Amino acid sequence: MENIKAIIEALILSSDAPLPLDKICAVLSETRREDVKTAVAELTAEYDQRQSGISIQEVAGGFQYRTRTEMAAWIKKLKNVKPPTLSAAALETLAIVAYRQPLVKSEIESIRGVDVSAPLKGLLDKKLIRIVGRKDVPGKPIIYGTTKKFLEVFNLKDLSELPTLREMKELQLQGEAKDEVQEESREETKD
Amino acid sequence: MDTQTENYAIKLDIFEGPLDLLLYLIKKNEIDIYNIPVALITEQYLQYLNIIKSLNLDLAGEYLVMASTLIHIKSKMLLPVPEEPTEEENEKDPRAELVKQLLEYQSFKEAAADLEKRPILERDVFTHASAGLQENTGKENEEDDELIEVSVFELIEAFHRLVSRTDKKELLEIDVEKMSLTDIINDVMERLTREKNLTFEELLGERKDRRQIIYTFLAILELIKLRMIKAYQTSAFGVIRIFPAVES
Repeated sequence: MENIKAIIEALILSSDAPLPLDKICAVLSETRREDVKTAVAELTAEYDQRQSGISIQEVAGGFQYRTRTEMAAWIKKLKNVKPPTLSAAALETLAIVAYRQPLVKSEIESIRGVDVSAPLKGLLDKKLIRIVGRKDVPGKPIIYGTTKKFLEVFNLKDLSELPTLREMKELQLQGEAKDEVQEESREETKD
Repeated sequence: MDTQTENYAIKLDIFEGPLDLLLYLIKKNEIDIYNIPVALITEQYLQYLNIIKSLNLDLAGEYLVMASTLIHIKSKMLLPVPEEPTEEENEKDPRAELVKQLLEYQSFKEAAADLEKRPILERDVFTHASAGLQENTGKENEEDDELIEVSVFELIEAFHRLVSRTDKKELLEIDVEKMSLTDIINDVMERLTREKNLTFEELLGERKDRRQIIYTFLAILELIKLRMIKAYQTSAFGVIRIFPAVES
Protein backbone atom coordinates (compact mmCIF):
# COMPACT_ATOMS: atom_id res chain seq x y z
CA MET A 1 0.00 0.00 0.00
CA GLU A 2 2.81 2.41 0.94
CA ASN A 3 4.37 1.76 -2.43
CA ILE A 4 1.19 2.65 -4.27
CA LYS A 5 1.02 5.98 -2.49
CA ALA A 6 4.56 6.81 -3.55
CA ILE A 7 3.76 5.97 -7.15
CA ILE A 8 0.60 8.07 -7.13
CA GLU A 9 2.54 10.96 -5.65
CA ALA A 10 5.06 10.75 -8.48
CA LEU A 11 2.37 10.41 -11.13
CA ILE A 12 0.49 13.48 -9.98
CA LEU A 13 3.62 15.60 -9.74
CA SER A 14 4.89 14.61 -13.16
CA SER A 15 1.59 15.32 -14.85
CA ASP A 16 1.14 18.72 -16.47
CA ALA A 17 -2.63 18.76 -16.23
CA PRO A 18 -4.82 17.54 -13.36
CA LEU A 19 -4.49 13.75 -13.41
CA PRO A 20 -7.80 11.86 -13.62
CA LEU A 21 -8.35 8.79 -11.44
CA ASP A 22 -8.84 6.71 -14.58
CA LYS A 23 -5.32 7.49 -15.75
CA ILE A 24 -3.83 6.53 -12.37
CA CYS A 25 -5.78 3.28 -12.50
CA ALA A 26 -4.55 2.63 -16.04
CA VAL A 27 -0.94 2.92 -14.86
CA LEU A 28 -1.53 0.86 -11.72
CA SER A 29 -3.32 -1.86 -13.64
CA GLU A 30 -2.60 -4.48 -10.96
CA THR A 31 -4.32 -2.50 -8.23
CA ARG A 32 -8.05 -2.40 -7.63
CA ARG A 33 -9.76 0.90 -8.33
CA GLU A 34 -11.05 1.07 -4.79
CA ASP A 35 -7.53 0.75 -3.38
CA VAL A 36 -6.24 3.51 -5.65
CA LYS A 37 -9.05 5.74 -4.46
CA THR A 38 -8.22 5.04 -0.82
CA ALA A 39 -4.54 5.68 -1.45
CA VAL A 40 -5.27 9.07 -3.04
CA ALA A 41 -7.52 9.99 -0.13
CA GLU A 42 -4.86 8.93 2.41
CA LEU A 43 -2.18 10.83 0.56
CA THR A 44 -4.34 13.95 0.49
CA ALA A 45 -4.99 13.62 4.21
CA GLU A 46 -1.27 13.25 4.94
CA TYR A 47 -0.49 16.56 3.27
CA ASP A 48 -3.30 18.20 5.20
CA GLN A 49 -2.19 16.75 8.52
CA ARG A 50 1.34 17.99 8.44
CA GLN A 51 0.17 21.43 7.27
CA SER A 52 2.26 21.29 4.18
CA GLY A 53 2.53 24.30 1.88
CA ILE A 54 1.09 22.21 -0.91
CA SER A 55 -1.94 19.98 -1.10
CA ILE A 56 -3.53 17.54 -3.49
CA GLN A 57 -6.64 19.09 -4.90
CA GLU A 58 -9.31 17.76 -7.21
CA VAL A 59 -9.75 20.18 -10.11
CA ALA A 60 -11.19 19.79 -13.60
CA GLY A 61 -11.81 16.10 -13.05
CA GLY A 62 -8.29 15.21 -11.90
CA PHE A 63 -5.78 15.48 -9.08
CA GLN A 64 -3.11 18.14 -8.94
CA TYR A 65 -0.59 19.52 -6.49
CA ARG A 66 -1.48 23.09 -5.67
CA THR A 67 -0.05 25.51 -3.18
CA ARG A 68 -2.27 26.49 -0.29
CA THR A 69 -3.98 29.87 -0.56
CA GLU A 70 -2.13 31.02 2.60
CA MET A 71 1.13 30.78 0.67
CA ALA A 72 0.02 33.19 -2.07
CA ALA A 73 1.66 36.23 -0.49
CA TRP A 74 5.04 34.49 -0.33
CA ILE A 75 4.86 33.21 -3.88
CA LYS A 76 3.97 36.67 -5.11
CA LYS A 77 7.12 37.96 -3.43
CA LEU A 78 9.11 35.36 -5.31
CA LYS A 79 7.49 35.79 -8.71
CA ASN A 80 7.14 39.55 -8.54
CA VAL A 81 4.48 39.66 -11.25
CA LYS A 82 0.98 41.00 -11.13
CA PRO A 83 -1.58 38.20 -11.20
CA PRO A 84 -3.79 38.13 -14.28
CA THR A 85 -7.15 39.75 -13.69
CA LEU A 86 -10.49 39.73 -15.41
CA SER A 87 -12.60 42.86 -15.81
CA ALA A 88 -16.03 43.07 -14.23
CA ALA A 89 -17.58 42.77 -17.69
CA ALA A 90 -15.55 39.64 -18.42
CA LEU A 91 -16.41 38.07 -15.06
CA GLU A 92 -20.13 38.73 -15.47
CA THR A 93 -20.06 37.32 -18.98
CA LEU A 94 -18.10 34.30 -17.81
CA ALA A 95 -20.56 33.68 -14.94
CA ILE A 96 -23.49 33.77 -17.36
CA VAL A 97 -21.78 31.34 -19.75
CA ALA A 98 -20.84 29.03 -16.87
CA TYR A 99 -24.36 28.81 -15.47
CA ARG A 100 -26.40 28.95 -18.65
CA GLN A 101 -24.23 27.06 -21.14
CA PRO A 102 -24.56 26.15 -23.92
CA LEU A 103 -25.84 29.54 -25.07
CA VAL A 104 -25.48 32.17 -27.80
CA LYS A 105 -24.30 35.77 -27.57
CA SER A 106 -27.79 37.31 -27.74
CA GLU A 107 -28.82 35.31 -24.66
CA ILE A 108 -25.89 36.72 -22.69
CA GLU A 109 -26.73 40.20 -23.89
CA SER A 110 -30.35 39.96 -22.84
CA ILE A 111 -29.19 39.20 -19.28
CA ARG A 112 -26.44 41.81 -19.11
CA GLY A 113 -28.36 44.43 -21.07
CA VAL A 114 -25.25 45.47 -23.00
CA ASP A 115 -23.14 44.34 -25.92
CA VAL A 116 -20.75 41.55 -24.93
CA SER A 117 -18.54 41.25 -28.03
CA ALA A 118 -15.41 42.55 -26.32
CA PRO A 119 -15.59 40.44 -23.13
CA LEU A 120 -16.48 37.35 -25.19
CA LYS A 121 -13.42 37.82 -27.38
CA GLY A 122 -11.23 38.27 -24.30
CA LEU A 123 -12.59 35.11 -22.69
CA LEU A 124 -12.06 33.15 -25.92
CA ASP A 125 -8.48 34.42 -26.15
CA LYS A 126 -7.85 33.36 -22.55
CA LYS A 127 -9.41 29.99 -23.40
CA LEU A 128 -11.85 30.21 -20.52
CA ILE A 129 -14.73 29.70 -22.90
CA ARG A 130 -14.93 27.96 -26.23
CA ILE A 131 -17.17 27.64 -29.24
CA VAL A 132 -19.19 24.48 -28.96
CA GLY A 133 -21.11 24.80 -32.21
CA ARG A 134 -23.61 26.83 -34.13
CA LYS A 135 -27.29 27.17 -33.43
CA ASP A 136 -29.50 26.07 -36.26
CA VAL A 137 -31.42 29.33 -36.58
CA PRO A 138 -31.08 32.13 -39.16
CA GLY A 139 -27.63 33.68 -38.94
CA LYS A 140 -26.28 30.47 -37.38
CA PRO A 141 -25.11 32.18 -34.17
CA ILE A 142 -22.14 30.69 -32.34
CA ILE A 143 -22.87 28.65 -29.20
CA TYR A 144 -20.49 29.12 -26.28
CA GLY A 145 -19.51 26.95 -23.31
CA THR A 146 -16.79 26.92 -20.67
CA THR A 147 -13.53 25.03 -21.07
CA LYS A 148 -11.61 22.63 -18.88
CA LYS A 149 -9.21 25.48 -18.30
CA PHE A 150 -12.05 27.45 -16.73
CA LEU A 151 -12.35 24.71 -14.10
CA GLU A 152 -8.57 24.71 -13.57
CA VAL A 153 -8.30 28.47 -13.19
CA PHE A 154 -11.23 28.74 -10.78
CA ASN A 155 -10.23 25.69 -8.78
CA LEU A 156 -13.41 23.75 -9.57
CA LYS A 157 -13.80 19.98 -9.52
CA ASP A 158 -16.58 20.19 -12.08
CA LEU A 159 -19.39 22.54 -13.06
CA SER A 160 -21.69 21.16 -10.35
CA GLU A 161 -19.31 22.65 -7.78
CA LEU A 162 -20.41 26.16 -8.76
CA PRO A 163 -22.53 27.66 -6.00
CA THR A 164 -26.24 27.78 -6.69
CA LEU A 165 -27.50 31.03 -8.17
CA ARG A 166 -29.56 33.14 -5.82
CA GLU A 167 -32.65 33.03 -8.02
CA MET A 168 -32.39 29.24 -8.03
CA LYS A 169 -31.96 29.20 -4.25
CA GLU A 170 -35.09 31.28 -3.83
CA LEU A 171 -37.02 28.95 -6.10
CA GLN A 172 -35.80 25.99 -4.09
CA LEU A 173 -36.80 27.63 -0.82
CA GLN A 174 -40.25 28.22 -2.20
CA GLY A 175 -40.40 24.60 -3.28
CA GLU A 176 -39.28 23.37 0.13
CA ALA A 177 -41.79 25.57 1.87
CA LYS A 178 -44.50 24.02 -0.27
CA ASP A 179 -43.26 20.53 0.58
CA GLU A 180 -43.35 21.34 4.27
CA VAL A 181 -46.89 22.59 4.03
CA GLN A 182 -47.86 19.43 2.23
CA GLU A 183 -46.15 17.27 4.84
CA GLU A 184 -47.84 19.12 7.63
CA SER A 185 -51.23 18.69 6.04
CA ARG A 186 -50.48 15.01 5.57
CA GLU A 187 -49.62 14.67 9.24
CA GLU A 188 -52.80 16.42 10.14
CA THR A 189 -54.85 14.00 8.13
CA LYS A 190 -52.99 11.15 9.82
CA ASP A 191 -54.00 12.46 13.21
CA MET B 1 -11.93 71.09 -17.43
CA ASP B 2 -9.99 68.12 -18.66
CA THR B 3 -9.45 66.66 -15.23
CA GLN B 4 -13.11 67.12 -14.47
CA THR B 5 -14.10 65.19 -17.55
CA GLU B 6 -11.77 62.40 -16.61
CA ASN B 7 -13.22 62.20 -13.13
CA TYR B 8 -16.69 61.78 -14.49
CA ALA B 9 -15.54 59.29 -17.05
CA ILE B 10 -14.10 57.10 -14.32
CA LYS B 11 -17.23 57.40 -12.26
CA LEU B 12 -19.50 56.46 -15.13
CA ASP B 13 -17.29 53.62 -16.12
CA ILE B 14 -18.29 51.79 -12.95
CA PHE B 15 -21.61 50.89 -14.46
CA GLU B 16 -21.64 47.77 -16.55
CA GLY B 17 -24.73 48.88 -18.45
CA PRO B 18 -28.24 50.23 -17.87
CA LEU B 19 -29.26 47.35 -15.59
CA ASP B 20 -26.23 47.96 -13.42
CA LEU B 21 -27.04 51.66 -13.19
CA LEU B 22 -30.63 50.85 -12.22
CA LEU B 23 -29.49 48.43 -9.52
CA TYR B 24 -27.19 51.12 -8.20
CA LEU B 25 -30.02 53.66 -8.03
CA ILE B 26 -32.29 51.14 -6.30
CA LYS B 27 -29.63 50.39 -3.71
CA LYS B 28 -28.75 54.04 -3.24
CA ASN B 29 -32.38 54.96 -2.53
CA GLU B 30 -32.92 51.85 -0.40
CA ILE B 31 -35.86 50.84 -2.50
CA ASP B 32 -37.64 47.51 -2.44
CA ILE B 33 -36.87 45.97 -5.80
CA TYR B 34 -40.37 44.46 -5.98
CA ASN B 35 -41.96 47.86 -5.50
CA ILE B 36 -39.93 50.36 -7.51
CA PRO B 37 -41.18 53.96 -7.49
CA VAL B 38 -40.84 54.34 -11.25
CA ALA B 39 -41.21 58.14 -11.31
CA LEU B 40 -38.31 58.65 -8.90
CA ILE B 41 -36.03 56.10 -10.53
CA THR B 42 -36.78 57.38 -14.04
CA GLU B 43 -35.96 60.91 -12.97
CA GLN B 44 -32.62 59.91 -11.43
CA TYR B 45 -31.82 57.65 -14.35
CA LEU B 46 -32.38 60.49 -16.82
CA GLN B 47 -30.21 62.77 -14.68
CA TYR B 48 -27.34 60.35 -15.10
CA LEU B 49 -27.89 60.21 -18.84
CA ASN B 50 -27.78 64.01 -18.92
CA ILE B 51 -24.43 64.03 -17.17
CA ILE B 52 -23.08 61.64 -19.76
CA LYS B 53 -24.54 63.69 -22.60
CA SER B 54 -23.30 67.03 -21.25
CA LEU B 55 -19.81 65.63 -21.21
CA ASN B 56 -20.15 64.60 -24.83
CA LEU B 57 -19.31 61.05 -23.93
CA ASP B 58 -20.47 58.25 -26.10
CA LEU B 59 -23.83 57.19 -24.84
CA ALA B 60 -24.36 53.52 -25.49
CA GLY B 61 -27.66 52.87 -27.24
CA GLU B 62 -28.66 50.41 -24.55
CA TYR B 63 -28.95 53.24 -22.02
CA LEU B 64 -31.45 55.05 -24.22
CA VAL B 65 -33.50 51.89 -24.74
CA MET B 66 -33.74 51.51 -20.97
CA ALA B 67 -34.76 55.16 -20.60
CA SER B 68 -37.62 54.66 -23.03
CA THR B 69 -38.62 51.44 -21.24
CA LEU B 70 -38.78 53.32 -17.93
CA ILE B 71 -40.86 56.12 -19.41
CA HIS B 72 -43.14 53.56 -21.02
CA ILE B 73 -43.68 51.81 -17.68
CA LYS B 74 -44.26 55.13 -15.96
CA SER B 75 -46.93 56.15 -18.49
CA LYS B 76 -48.57 52.74 -18.24
CA MET B 77 -48.85 53.09 -14.48
CA LEU B 78 -50.48 56.50 -14.82
CA LEU B 79 -53.23 55.14 -16.99
CA PRO B 80 -56.34 53.86 -15.24
CA VAL B 81 -56.72 50.10 -15.33
CA PRO B 82 -59.28 49.19 -17.97
CA GLU B 83 -62.37 47.61 -16.48
CA GLU B 84 -62.33 44.72 -18.88
CA PRO B 85 -58.73 43.79 -19.51
CA THR B 86 -58.06 42.67 -23.04
CA GLU B 87 -56.16 39.46 -23.70
CA GLU B 88 -52.88 41.26 -24.17
CA GLU B 89 -53.24 43.74 -21.33
CA ASN B 90 -53.94 40.92 -18.94
CA GLU B 91 -50.55 41.31 -17.26
CA LYS B 92 -50.54 42.49 -13.67
CA ASP B 93 -47.80 45.00 -13.04
CA PRO B 94 -46.10 46.89 -15.87
CA ARG B 95 -42.91 46.72 -13.81
CA ALA B 96 -42.90 42.92 -13.57
CA GLU B 97 -40.78 42.29 -16.65
CA LEU B 98 -38.15 44.83 -15.62
CA VAL B 99 -38.02 43.47 -12.06
CA LYS B 100 -37.48 39.97 -13.42
CA GLN B 101 -34.64 41.25 -15.60
CA LEU B 102 -33.08 43.14 -12.70
CA LEU B 103 -33.24 40.14 -10.38
CA GLU B 104 -31.71 37.89 -13.00
CA TYR B 105 -28.92 40.34 -13.68
CA GLN B 106 -28.34 40.79 -9.96
CA SER B 107 -27.97 37.07 -9.36
CA PHE B 108 -25.35 36.83 -12.12
CA LYS B 109 -23.54 39.86 -10.76
CA GLU B 110 -23.33 38.01 -7.46
CA ALA B 111 -22.23 34.82 -9.20
CA ALA B 112 -19.45 36.82 -10.88
CA ALA B 113 -18.37 38.16 -7.48
CA ASP B 114 -18.38 34.60 -6.11
CA LEU B 115 -16.17 33.46 -8.97
CA GLU B 116 -13.79 36.30 -8.26
CA LYS B 117 -13.50 35.15 -4.63
CA ARG B 118 -12.53 31.60 -5.52
CA PRO B 119 -8.90 30.51 -5.15
CA ILE B 120 -7.79 31.56 -8.62
CA LEU B 121 -4.87 29.89 -10.33
CA GLU B 122 -1.81 32.13 -10.56
CA ARG B 123 -3.34 34.53 -8.04
CA ASP B 124 -4.13 32.45 -4.93
CA VAL B 125 -2.93 28.98 -5.83
CA PHE B 126 -0.05 27.83 -7.94
CA THR B 127 1.02 24.60 -9.56
CA HIS B 128 4.48 23.46 -10.54
CA ALA B 129 3.74 23.80 -14.25
CA SER B 130 0.71 25.93 -14.22
CA ALA B 131 -1.53 26.62 -17.15
CA GLY B 132 -2.67 29.95 -15.80
CA LEU B 133 -4.56 32.71 -17.50
CA GLN B 134 -1.59 33.98 -19.42
CA GLU B 135 -0.15 30.79 -20.72
CA ASN B 136 -1.10 29.27 -24.00
CA THR B 137 -0.49 25.56 -23.88
CA GLY B 138 -1.24 23.76 -27.08
CA LYS B 139 -2.97 20.95 -25.24
CA GLU B 140 -6.34 22.55 -24.86
CA ASN B 141 -6.38 23.01 -28.59
CA GLU B 142 -6.05 19.34 -29.31
CA GLU B 143 -8.85 18.61 -26.97
CA ASP B 144 -11.12 21.21 -28.44
CA ASP B 145 -10.28 20.29 -31.98
CA GLU B 146 -13.87 19.98 -33.03
CA LEU B 147 -14.94 21.38 -36.35
CA ILE B 148 -17.41 24.21 -36.52
CA GLU B 149 -19.25 25.16 -39.64
CA VAL B 150 -18.05 28.46 -41.10
CA SER B 151 -20.49 31.27 -41.82
CA VAL B 152 -20.43 33.26 -45.01
CA PHE B 153 -19.05 36.26 -43.08
CA GLU B 154 -15.93 34.39 -42.09
CA LEU B 155 -15.45 33.32 -45.68
CA ILE B 156 -15.74 36.92 -46.82
CA GLU B 157 -13.22 37.94 -44.20
CA ALA B 158 -10.77 35.31 -45.42
CA PHE B 159 -11.35 36.56 -48.93
CA HIS B 160 -10.58 40.14 -47.92
CA ARG B 161 -7.43 39.06 -46.15
CA LEU B 162 -6.15 37.32 -49.24
CA VAL B 163 -7.07 40.07 -51.65
CA SER B 164 -5.41 42.73 -49.54
CA ARG B 165 -2.27 40.61 -49.42
CA THR B 166 -1.86 40.41 -53.16
CA ASP B 167 0.32 42.89 -54.92
CA LYS B 168 -1.69 45.84 -56.17
CA LYS B 169 0.47 46.04 -59.29
CA GLU B 170 -1.30 43.10 -60.76
CA LEU B 171 -4.42 45.15 -61.07
CA LEU B 172 -2.89 46.94 -63.99
CA GLU B 173 -1.98 43.82 -65.91
CA ILE B 174 -4.25 42.91 -68.73
CA ASP B 175 -5.06 39.26 -68.68
CA VAL B 176 -5.73 37.85 -72.08
CA GLU B 177 -6.56 34.45 -70.75
CA LYS B 178 -10.26 34.22 -70.12
CA MET B 179 -11.43 32.42 -67.06
CA SER B 180 -14.81 30.88 -66.63
CA LEU B 181 -16.49 30.19 -63.32
CA THR B 182 -17.50 26.73 -64.50
CA ASP B 183 -13.87 25.84 -65.13
CA ILE B 184 -12.89 26.95 -61.65
CA ILE B 185 -15.80 25.10 -60.07
CA ASN B 186 -14.80 21.92 -61.88
CA ASP B 187 -11.19 22.43 -60.88
CA VAL B 188 -12.11 22.99 -57.22
CA MET B 189 -14.32 19.91 -57.10
CA GLU B 190 -11.72 17.78 -58.84
CA ARG B 191 -9.00 18.80 -56.39
CA LEU B 192 -11.26 18.37 -53.38
CA THR B 193 -12.25 14.83 -54.31
CA ARG B 194 -8.58 14.05 -54.77
CA GLU B 195 -7.27 15.72 -51.60
CA LYS B 196 -10.30 15.16 -49.30
CA ASN B 197 -9.95 18.61 -47.73
CA LEU B 198 -8.12 21.83 -48.52
CA THR B 199 -7.76 25.29 -47.05
CA PHE B 200 -8.86 28.32 -48.99
CA GLU B 201 -5.26 29.25 -49.64
CA GLU B 202 -4.36 25.78 -50.81
CA LEU B 203 -7.24 25.90 -53.25
CA LEU B 204 -5.80 29.04 -54.78
CA GLY B 205 -2.48 27.37 -55.37
CA GLU B 206 0.30 29.34 -56.93
CA ARG B 207 -1.69 31.75 -59.02
CA LYS B 208 -2.58 34.35 -56.49
CA ASP B 209 -3.74 37.26 -58.56
CA ARG B 210 -6.87 39.16 -57.72
CA ARG B 211 -8.95 37.68 -60.46
CA GLN B 212 -8.00 34.16 -59.49
CA ILE B 213 -8.92 34.82 -55.86
CA ILE B 214 -12.25 36.35 -56.79
CA TYR B 215 -13.16 33.51 -59.10
CA THR B 216 -12.16 30.86 -56.58
CA PHE B 217 -14.16 32.65 -53.90
CA LEU B 218 -17.20 32.81 -56.15
CA ALA B 219 -16.76 29.14 -56.97
CA ILE B 220 -16.70 28.28 -53.26
CA LEU B 221 -19.79 30.35 -52.55
CA GLU B 222 -21.60 28.72 -55.47
CA LEU B 223 -20.58 25.23 -54.38
CA ILE B 224 -21.69 25.88 -50.80
CA LYS B 225 -25.02 27.13 -52.11
CA LEU B 226 -25.38 23.96 -54.15
CA ARG B 227 -24.42 21.95 -51.06
CA MET B 228 -21.57 20.33 -52.92
CA ILE B 229 -18.95 21.39 -50.36
CA LYS B 230 -18.82 22.43 -46.72
CA ALA B 231 -16.55 24.91 -44.95
CA TYR B 232 -15.34 24.31 -41.40
CA GLN B 233 -12.90 25.80 -38.92
CA THR B 234 -11.61 24.54 -35.57
CA SER B 235 -11.91 27.82 -33.72
CA ALA B 236 -13.04 31.38 -34.19
CA PHE B 237 -10.57 33.10 -36.56
CA GLY B 238 -9.02 29.70 -37.27
CA VAL B 239 -8.00 28.31 -40.63
CA ILE B 240 -10.97 27.59 -42.86
CA ARG B 241 -11.01 24.14 -44.42
CA ILE B 242 -13.17 23.12 -47.31
CA PHE B 243 -14.58 19.58 -47.46
CA PRO B 244 -16.58 17.88 -50.20
CA ALA B 245 -20.14 17.49 -48.92
CA VAL B 246 -20.44 13.87 -49.99
CA GLU B 247 -17.69 11.32 -49.86
CA SER B 248 -17.24 10.02 -53.35
